[in-house]
Amino acid sequence: MELLVASAIGVMTAGGIYLVLRLRTFPVILGISLLTYAVNVFLFSSGRLTIGAPPVLSDDVTRYTDPLPQALVLTAIVISFGMTAVAVMIGLGAFLGSDDDHIDDQPEPRETEGQP
Amino acid sequence: MPSILLDRFELTLLGPTLSLFFIVALPFLGALLPGLMNAAGRAACAGVTFTVSLAAFVGLLTNLPQVLRGELVTARVNWMPELGLNFTLMLDGLGFFFALLILGIGLLIIAYARHYLSRNDNMGEFFTYLLLFQGAMVGIVLSDNILLLLVFWELTSLSSFLLIGYWKHLPAGRQGARMALTVTGMGGLAMIAGMLILGQIAGSYDLSVILQNRELIQADPLYLPALILILLGCFTKSAQFPFHFWLPHAMAAPTPVSAYLHSATMVKAGIFLMARMWPVLSGTPEWFAIVTTAGLVTMVLGAVIALFKHDLKALLAFSTVSHLGLITMLLGTGTAFGAMAAVFHILNHATFKAALFMSAGIVDHEAHTRDIRRLGGLRTLMPVTFVIATLAALSMAGIPLLNGFLSKEMMLEEATHTVLFNTPWLVPVLATVGSLFSAAYCFRLIGHTFLGKVRDDYPSKPHDPNPGMWLPPAILVVLVVVIGVAPFLAEPFVKTVTASLLGEAAEVPKAYFKIWHGLVPALFMSIAAVVGGLILMVIFKPLSNAWEAAPRPEAKVIFEGIIEAAASAARTFTHTLHNGAFSRYAMISFVAIVAIGYHAWVTGTIGDATRAVQAAGPVPIAGWAMLVAATGALVFMHRNRFLALILIGIVGLMVSVGFVYLSAPDLAMTQFTVEVVTIILLLLALNFLPKTTPSESTILRRARDTGVAIAGGLAAFALAYHYMLRDAVATPISEFHLANSYKGGGGTNVVNVILVDFRGFDTYGEIIVLGIAALLIYALTEALLRGPVRARLLNRIPDQPRAGDMHPMMMVVLTRVIMPVVLLVGFYIFLRGHNEPGGGFIAGLVVSIGVVMQYMASGFTWTSARLKYPYHGVIGAGVLVAGFTGIGSWFVTKPFLTSDFTYVRIPPFDKFELATAALFDVGVFLAVVGAVMLSLESFSRLARRANADETEHPMDINPARAEGSSDPIAPVKEGG
Repeated sequence: MELLVASAIGVMTAGGIYLVLRLRTFPVILGISLLTYAVNVFLFSSGRLTIGAPPVLSDDVTRYTDPLPQALVLTAIVISFGMTAVAVMIGLGAFLGSDDDHIDDQPEPRETEGQP
Repeated sequence: MPSILLDRFELTLLGPTLSLFFIVALPFLGALLPGLMNAAGRAACAGVTFTVSLAAFVGLLTNLPQVLRGELVTARVNWMPELGLNFTLMLDGLGFFFALLILGIGLLIIAYARHYLSRNDNMGEFFTYLLLFQGAMVGIVLSDNILLLLVFWELTSLSSFLLIGYWKHLPAGRQGARMALTVTGMGGLAMIAGMLILGQIAGSYDLSVILQNRELIQADPLYLPALILILLGCFTKSAQFPFHFWLPHAMAAPTPVSAYLHSATMVKAGIFLMARMWPVLSGTPEWFAIVTTAGLVTMVLGAVIALFKHDLKALLAFSTVSHLGLITMLLGTGTAFGAMAAVFHILNHATFKAALFMSAGIVDHEAHTRDIRRLGGLRTLMPVTFVIATLAALSMAGIPLLNGFLSKEMMLEEATHTVLFNTPWLVPVLATVGSLFSAAYCFRLIGHTFLGKVRDDYPSKPHDPNPGMWLPPAILVVLVVVIGVAPFLAEPFVKTVTASLLGEAAEVPKAYFKIWHGLVPALFMSIAAVVGGLILMVIFKPLSNAWEAAPRPEAKVIFEGIIEAAASAARTFTHTLHNGAFSRYAMISFVAIVAIGYHAWVTGTIGDATRAVQAAGPVPIAGWAMLVAATGALVFMHRNRFLALILIGIVGLMVSVGFVYLSAPDLAMTQFTVEVVTIILLLLALNFLPKTTPSESTILRRARDTGVAIAGGLAAFALAYHYMLRDAVATPISEFHLANSYKGGGGTNVVNVILVDFRGFDTYGEIIVLGIAALLIYALTEALLRGPVRARLLNRIPDQPRAGDMHPMMMVVLTRVIMPVVLLVGFYIFLRGHNEPGGGFIAGLVVSIGVVMQYMASGFTWTSARLKYPYHGVIGAGVLVAGFTGIGSWFVTKPFLTSDFTYVRIPPFDKFELATAALFDVGVFLAVVGAVMLSLESFSRLARRANADETEHPMDINPARAEGSSDPIAPVKEGG
């Protein structure tokens, strides 16, 4: 189980990094989203993995998983939505303003981008 | 917490200590008034400033009896006791003396400035800065805590920056202000370090404790570094060599500022601190060598330069530098007599120098020039100003029957007993030379400005100003003469101040203040100085020519060279690293993080695994396979952007399924709902963005990126895997949360109780951040729609074929039917949140999805016409509800956000729980709904601009409408 979660984190991180290093805004935003998943799962896993023991108190249960990372990750998920939305808005604004969705500053005016 | 603070405050405020807080707080509070009174006219503006200062002045004077009795008045409020930082004030003779100078001369300056400033100057702004400065200065001299003192110290640097640069239109003013801030600010930084060391040595940051520990501090190996650092602060502030150069450039300020800051107050702050620290720091060879030498050099250098300055204020500025050097030298000798002479000279210098600055201001104001070469003969034109300036200047020159003579005699007397570098003649000779040049520039000031022939080429015909301008300096000159003729009047006061300066380190000297001491060496040195000064005046012309011809370093050029070099180094460094290629920054940070992590991995010790690997069944493996496949496909097929969206949706879905499996139902619900809104958001954005990503990067670049990505992925994998197989090194707080969730928080869903109760303050911050993000998106949309983008959007031709039926009937009907159900589900999830998975965050997201469905199905216009509350308001209401819930606990004297709960029973129903945490959760819910909806709405507003053919009807094709969608204003009989 641990191997599965850890490798999932690794795969998502690798995919996220690769996409963040792309040249256009959209893949970079996707890459940030992937990295967000990876980080959230990593933070969650810092409470160690427990199967079938949700932190909802009940009289006849004594085994619970660690609730604190869950609470922290819950807000992190919501905040990351806000962050993604801001990043998308900036990317969109830049594209609408300059007709260019490159991430890097372009050295000089290029030939117009062919729209598919 | 706040209530405890209040109690202490009330306790300490009772009794006579009230006035200490009052004195310090009054200028700061009063600083609000001049700006407000600006509209009421200049007299009202100056009047209110004067009243504020007067109130503080009177408050200070009420403490005079205690001070004269030698008592220590203290006031204390604990601020951050853990750091040793307390708001502790104390008033002794020394503090009283300086506070008297600051507030007393401040009053005169305010009256003077009222008439000095022209109608073009914003008087409210000026007086606001002046009061801020006044408060900071009073704070310095009354602080009993050195950390508090540092706070006020930096405040004086900042407020003096504003005052020096008050005439923003003058480049000289801006440059002078910047130079002053740079030099004094750097000194301030050094002093912070010095004070921290001192506090560490003494074991307390309270001055009263530090002053008791002379032996301990001087024996400490860190004494010398602390001394040097503190002296750096003092020397920069008091313009001692080699930091003297900023003061003349600060003369670009309006003259009231020069008279106030640069004669009586700010430049004396360094002197004050040396005097304050005198009992603990002085008396060592290091103190003697550094302070006396710096003072002596400054005194001679300042006097020599002053003689050759043609600008009246520059002359006075360098003479101030010289006199500050004199005082520093007296403090440096480390004898009680030297300290007493220093105190006396501080008093005398403040009186004659402030009067001189104000006189220079009058000359500038009336003749429209301060250039001595263009003046002369003003004696007959401005008789009042002439008398004031002459008496003050003669006092500065050290002529008997004026107060400057008395303290200069004491200085020369002290100099004859001071042996520096084993050379007995060095100090007396240099002191005499300094006095000689000092006398010379005073004579030049009088002779070249006021005496001589009346000229006919003044830029403006000068005459005496109205009394409002000459009365303030006249009052000071009266003091100059009174002290000069009857020094015994000042003697008890000066001795009281000296006694509190010396503390227990030395006895107050027995010497009496007299005009005639007999034929002592000091008298001959004084005579030599005056005669030499007269001779210099006679040969001034050739001397001045020689001075002009001589090469000498220009401090401003050197200073600007250093600044320019530092700036260009910083620029090169920044521009090399930040060349606008964002993917490069990302690459650098990824590589750096992995490299540092690797270093930690290799050099650290990794314990053995303490947990067993849990077995995974086929279902988790299948889920894992889907997640990995979707991620891989996303990377390979990301160029097709729609497909990429679907793939990332799968990844998110699998993550939430994983959360369910791993006992995190709350997380799964949150992840799932966030996933929905994120995809909608990205779809809205993709409406405008290109639908594919072109292939641009080279194979080499892709290979490099792949390498970095794999390294990063491996690192994350290794870290996570090792982490999960080891137990925590210390007991996590989670045990506490589990044990107290029901007892203390009244809920069984521990995650929700943590969010709204244990860590409610965190959550409160987070909903605020979320709200800010949404407002940012809104603001960006507004900015885009107001700019050139608007036209572009209106002209935009959709790059995809439009749907013929944009709002299909089935979808409209379905979403409307489903809406109450969604709201019900949201409500249910919200209510059960405290005890079962759910809560404000998830409920907020669910309700948002319900509302978004209405937008998608029925169209933007139709939906927004039916919304009563703007989303900004919803965010604000959410934050306020959460905040007020937290504040509510103050009323029962509990800390912010303390929760309480009870069980109530309304007869027909079962008993249920009411918790304040639920109210807080309502705030969370509202903030989440508002933030999500505001973000999505902003995106769709862009879309609406682009598709102008919106209708107000929810459905494009509606059989109930007679005419169909072609005629939107046709009579509608809906629901019929």
